[in-house]
Amino acid sequence: MYPENYRYTKEHEWVMVEGETGTVGITDHAQDALGDIVYVDLPKVGTRVEMGKSLGSVESVKAVSDIYAPVSGEVTEINELLATAPEKLNEDPHGAAWLVKIRLSDPAEAAGLLSAADYEAYVGEESSQ
Amino acid sequence: MERKVRSHPTQNESLLFEISSPGKKGYQLPDLDVPPLDMAAALGESNVRREIEGFPEVSEVEVIRHFTRLSTWNYAIDLGVYPLGSCTMKYNPRVNELVARLDGLAWAHPYQPESLSQGAMEVMAHLERALLEITGMDAVTLQPAAGAHGELTGILLVRALLEKRGNPRRRIIIPDSAHGTNPATAAIAGYQVQNLRSNELGGIDLEGLARAVDEDVAAMMVTNPNTLGVFENDIAKAAGILHAKGALMYMDGANMNALVGIARPGDFGIDVMHLNLHKTFSTPHGGGGPGGGPVAVKAPLEALLPLPRLKRIGDEWAWDYDRPESIGRVRAFYGNFGVLVRALAYTLAHGGNGLRNATVDAVLNAVYLRKKLEAHYELPYSSPNMHEVVFSDDRQAKHGVRTGDIAKRLIDYGFHPYTVSFPLIVHGALMIEPTETESKQELDLLADALIAIAAEVESDPEMVKSAPHSTRTSRVDEVTAARRPKVRF
Repeated sequence: MYPENYRYTKEHEWVMVEGETGTVGITDHAQDALGDIVYVDLPKVGTRVEMGKSLGSVESVKAVSDIYAPVSGEVTEINELLATAPEKLNEDPHGAAWLVKIRLSDPAEAAGLLSAADYEAYVGEESSQ
Repeated sequence: MERKVRSHPTQNESLLFEISSPGKKGYQLPDLDVPPLDMAAALGESNVRREIEGFPEVSEVEVIRHFTRLSTWNYAIDLGVYPLGSCTMKYNPRVNELVARLDGLAWAHPYQPESLSQGAMEVMAHLERALLEITGMDAVTLQPAAGAHGELTGILLVRALLEKRGNPRRRIIIPDSAHGTNPATAAIAGYQVQNLRSNELGGIDLEGLARAVDEDVAAMMVTNPNTLGVFENDIAKAAGILHAKGALMYMDGANMNALVGIARPGDFGIDVMHLNLHKTFSTPHGGGGPGGGPVAVKAPLEALLPLPRLKRIGDEWAWDYDRPESIGRVRAFYGNFGVLVRALAYTLAHGGNGLRNATVDAVLNAVYLRKKLEAHYELPYSSPNMHEVVFSDDRQAKHGVRTGDIAKRLIDYGFHPYTVSFPLIVHGALMIEPTETESKQELDLLADALIAIAAEVESDPEMVKSAPHSTRTSRVDEVTAARRPKVRF
């Protein structure tokens, strides 16, 4: 379910690090909890983001939720697909519906995040409460 | 197309645009008693519009029937229980309407000189005194138009006070059980929102709060009782933690219906708060009508309140604009005056003991529903509830039925749904607030309906998931409506 090569946050974002670039998205658990997503608000290219701070938001029929940056750096690309097809976030959250790409200011940061196994255990614990 | 005539509540109704036919009109103008003017000569040909494309042309009786039919589709507090949690949908006593329609009040003009407005000003002064007695605060402004506007006014007052002390600070702490308007208010007022996780009882986590508060925190925004309907027993201690660091405590008055006549926010450490006259004080609510969101403060914030302020000069009321520290106006004129009149009528009709009784009855009704329903629905937080009770759909979710489905099925039983999916700290919440308006008989009907639905969820979940079955239209496509909204005809 959760790709092994991604790192995860307790706020349900994922990041895939390739060299100096991190691709960021929200997890399958997040999209499932949010329900049908109707709008995605992303930052402009060039925005500086800081780990743990809000990067944008996703709006579902239930609520608007912040997306927190899992890593720090500068936004180099945003996923234009989501402007016209927000439903992709429900269909393919770990793939085609990535949110932003970030040029990492500290590539070591992501190592401190959860592994796929840890995240899965965390989600299991959270939903059994 | 089906052309059969059915009873109006189930009949489809066309838009006025669709029933239009050329040449019909519902007005008759008298002959001109001034010389006619050539518009093109006066305004220039390019500025004259000869036709308005698509404008509906209908007769008076068609307009009357159209809107009367639409009105029969409404659900209203005048038809039955309106158990929307957090909304306090109580009955609007008719005597309030009578008072608000008195000629001298209804026809008062805001530009009338003060000497001709003494009665209206006395109404406002009287309401201010009553609200101060109820809240235990030191000063109040009646200007804000509704709850969220009151919040913004309150947080702007916090900012102004802290600026006066030298540093507006940067963060506002908001519990994860808060109303969504609280973080929105903080953000609009230029603050960063810091989320505070609730403790296992659903209340303020004092240790977490103590860790979160530093010299950069401007205020905390709390709702008390909180959105679970549970009184924050540690509210005074929480206020103490904030005050020790120079921060303020803001109270969202959404749930004041559980406190009036029993407990006063001014006595448990609140510095600023708003009231919702359209909730607690029975003025009409819902449908986008005018609300009232007075903001009450402790003495250090009084000089900052919006101007003008009422003041007494001899035997007369006057408006005081000489308030150099005021944050300025937050609304034209003096607030939604008609709402203020109704709120005062409600307050005086009840008197102190009556208001206290209303509070006790509101809590009793919610506790009664909790006891009737807790065998059938999961109660995620078992702390004693006050004026509302929050269940979760945990047991029903095992059959694939969620809170929204149960709410839709409740419509088939003739009731307005409860609040769904809020507060967010309860997964699949059913939030029920009956208010003091309801009799035991009406509460039993509501409880019986919810108990019957719980049984239906087990015997026929698909039927519940496709509800409502008795309405003119059933489920609408909310997802497409939100993703691709059509905002005009």
